[in-house]
Amino acid sequence: MPDGNPPDQIEAAVRAVLGTLSGDLTVTEAALLGELEALGREVKRAKSEIAALSVEDINESHIPAATDELDAVVEHTATATNEILDACETLESLQSKLDEGNAQALGHAVTRIYEACSFQDITGQRIAKVVSALKAIESRVAAVTGSFGSLPAAMGKNADATEGEKLANGPQLPTNASSQADIDKLLASFD
Amino acid sequence: MDTKLNVLIVDDYKTMLRIIRNLLKQLEFDNVEEASDGQEALSKLRTGNFGLVISDWNMAPMTGLDLLKEVRADARLKDTPFIMITAESKTENVVAAKQAGVSNYIVKPFNAETLRGKIEKVLGHA
Repeated sequence: MPDGNPPDQIEAAVRAVLGTLSGDLTVTEAALLGELEALGREVKRAKSEIAALSVEDINESHIPAATDELDAVVEHTATATNEILDACETLESLQSKLDEGNAQALGHAVTRIYEACSFQDITGQRIAKVVSALKAIESRVAAVTGSFGSLPAAMGKNADATEGEKLANGPQLPTNASSQADIDKLLASFD
Repeated sequence: MDTKLNVLIVDDYKTMLRIIRNLLKQLEFDNVEEASDGQEALSKLRTGNFGLVISDWNMAPMTGLDLLKEVRADARLKDTPFIMITAESKTENVVAAKQAGVSNYIVKPFNAETLRGKIEKVLGHA
């Protein structure tokens, strides 16, 4: 088998087989020849289609742009969240100037805002997972367009990862996530 | 509940540190220090005197679970109450944390009442 990438190797193999065929062809040889010609056409078509797709744009432009946009989303939501927290802290500093009832109402409202602001942490983690998936796609596209060679192993956890790293896969989607009540039940089962 | 004790909060998201700090302030915990990952937290724990650790799980270079294991393996720190606050809600995560000696486990997003309840439970049994 000659050196080179798999499509070239297939073409070379087809030519080598054709070279062994001489004289009148048997039915079997004719069928084999037909199959090989079809295979050659299929390889050529696949190469043309990949070239027409401009797949290099995916790695050179689309994925970097997408990850930059996602990074910007995280940055902007963090900035906005911190501005909300600044405002909450200002409101809290005014609590001592209010009567007890109003101070308590303000305190409760501010607490609810703090709770709601934790969305930024969850969305940030979800976006980090999407960026990681895009980078995996980038790596595999590079392998396909570079040589038609073997694809890299699926990206997973490093074999040397600690238990904490291997189990760090959250946040789960709401449909797959356990509630605090589920977790409390599970913890109680250890007692 | 002793609100004078030193609390170490650990999270790689600065916004989350700020939210937890503010919620703790509402619970009258004023002695709060922050760390952005397990390694920094371990360093602070070994040189400081903390009565409660509240840690995220998913951080680099040291996760919350690995921090918990280090704490439980350290003769001076092993009895420190340790609450995990994390978006990791799978059963296998909760079981791993429990087996490593977590005092309680809160799943994000959480509310102030849950935080208060877990702290009271943990410090009540500390």
